[in-house]
Amino acid sequence: MRKVLAVTAAQTQSETPTTTPEKGTARVKRGMAEMLKGGVIMDVVTPEQAKIAEDAGAVAVMALERVPADIRAQGGVARMSDPDLIDGIVNAVSIPVMAKARIGHFVEAQVLQALGVDYIDESEVLTPADYTNHIDKFAFTVPFVCGATNLGEALRRITEGAAMIRSKGEAGTGDVSNATTHMRQIRGEIRKLSSLPEDELYVAAKELQAPYPLVEEVARNGKLPVVLFTAGGIASPADAAMMMQLGAEGVFVGSGIFKSGNPQQRAEAIVKATTFHDDPDMIAKVSRGLGEAMVGINVEEVPEPHRLAERGW
Amino acid sequence: MSAAQPCVGVLALQGDVREHVASLRAAGVRTMTVRRESELAAVDGLVIPGGESTTMSRLLDTFELLEPLRKRLASGMPAYGSCAGMILLANEVLDGREDQHQLGALDITVRRNAFGRQVDSFEEDLAFTGIDDGPVHAVFIRAPWVESARQDVEVLAAVPDTAVAGPAAGRIVAVRQGTVLATAFHPELTGDGRVHRLFADIVRAAVSEDAA
Repeated sequence: MRKVLAVTAAQTQSETPTTTPEKGTARVKRGMAEMLKGGVIMDVVTPEQAKIAEDAGAVAVMALERVPADIRAQGGVARMSDPDLIDGIVNAVSIPVMAKARIGHFVEAQVLQALGVDYIDESEVLTPADYTNHIDKFAFTVPFVCGATNLGEALRRITEGAAMIRSKGEAGTGDVSNATTHMRQIRGEIRKLSSLPEDELYVAAKELQAPYPLVEEVARNGKLPVVLFTAGGIASPADAAMMMQLGAEGVFVGSGIFKSGNPQQRAEAIVKATTFHDDPDMIAKVSRGLGEAMVGINVEEVPEPHRLAERGW
Repeated sequence: MSAAQPCVGVLALQGDVREHVASLRAAGVRTMTVRRESELAAVDGLVIPGGESTTMSRLLDTFELLEPLRKRLASGMPAYGSCAGMILLANEVLDGREDQHQLGALDITVRRNAFGRQVDSFEEDLAFTGIDDGPVHAVFIRAPWVESARQDVEVLAAVPDTAVAGPAAGRIVAVRQGTVLATAFHPELTGDGRVHRLFADIVRAAVSEDAA
């Protein structure tokens, strides 16, 4: 909690002179995510896919061994990717490379930082390594993005040092409904918080299970102190545009691209629809002739114990 | 000032558009986001924000903004680029993609991601020529640096030449050529409005010169 206060103060107050370069500060971690805004981050499992994503205009790629749809289909424990695979992807593209660590697995995170990835996703898509604690993300120079289904969860991740939040959705389904639910939930709770009188924010903080200074900051600014992306089930240009209209600042697309009939074209179309998310004519134009979308599964048909969004707390 | 404030656009294909819009507003100019040729035609100056230069380059081409933007820059429209914006404004880029487009508004060669990957991103105070009241707090995020600048490019800031800076020591990170300004770092992230005020002044001067 003291750390969160320090971060908040550093953003609003004038600086003491910095005569030596400082790395891994909250500002460079959060600032990195600011640069990704309005963009699409794509899951890739090979260097070839990474190149396709970069060619299509992705702002970053997420290097992983299996896309969520395959993790879901094949089952078993899902872990951090092989360092050789990550190196291969890092060497294939010039855009930022993200990689996933299991929830609470701080050594996977240490390894990913040592490999030089640009962002770590502490992700519910992988099998959690700790069912009580998340990673202490302040202990790292590399920034972290974490998933959230509601505002309290988002604020707890930020308290632990997350520099970017993504709504979770339900990864590997191609069903956008949970992404919608989570984005509406987070944005709705922020709006509600902003409407509260100051003396009700103390109880709001208690109910959100988040530190008061952070709750107060969100109430005052009407937004999270970090960038908010969306994820989990986005499979079409219209899906991406809807999430942007609902208030997402950018989009993660997992299985939706490389599980579709024409990944290159679909990837380009999702990038364009994200930039012109408020222009239906443009979305119509880019949605033409994309071939088969990812087949997908309805979230309703996924038994509750197999729903990834339930992981993390 | 009697005339209405000039309108400064922010290229809004991707990147930290909102922060630039807020900084420009604080500098007293009107602002609008630019994604279409008609919007580009309506502005007196343009900010190219931080973001991913390869993505913006690709989208400039896709949305048919590349040639109109080059034309406006060639005819003297003031422009300011931070980070990715500096890369796009430059004549030449090293460590970029082969198909990356250059706007050619600055006679400089930039090196993309010159300081390293995200773990090497940093913040530091810099002396900035033409900006008073102390150093500018500079935030570098996977930033480029200026590898070389031709004669008529004015160097405004460089990384301090100290031992801790390593290969970054003395590298040029802010330049101006005529009405085109560029920084490798992100003043829009710090709430320090001085660089944007400098650019707003450049735009105002250009507009009143046109009117004269």
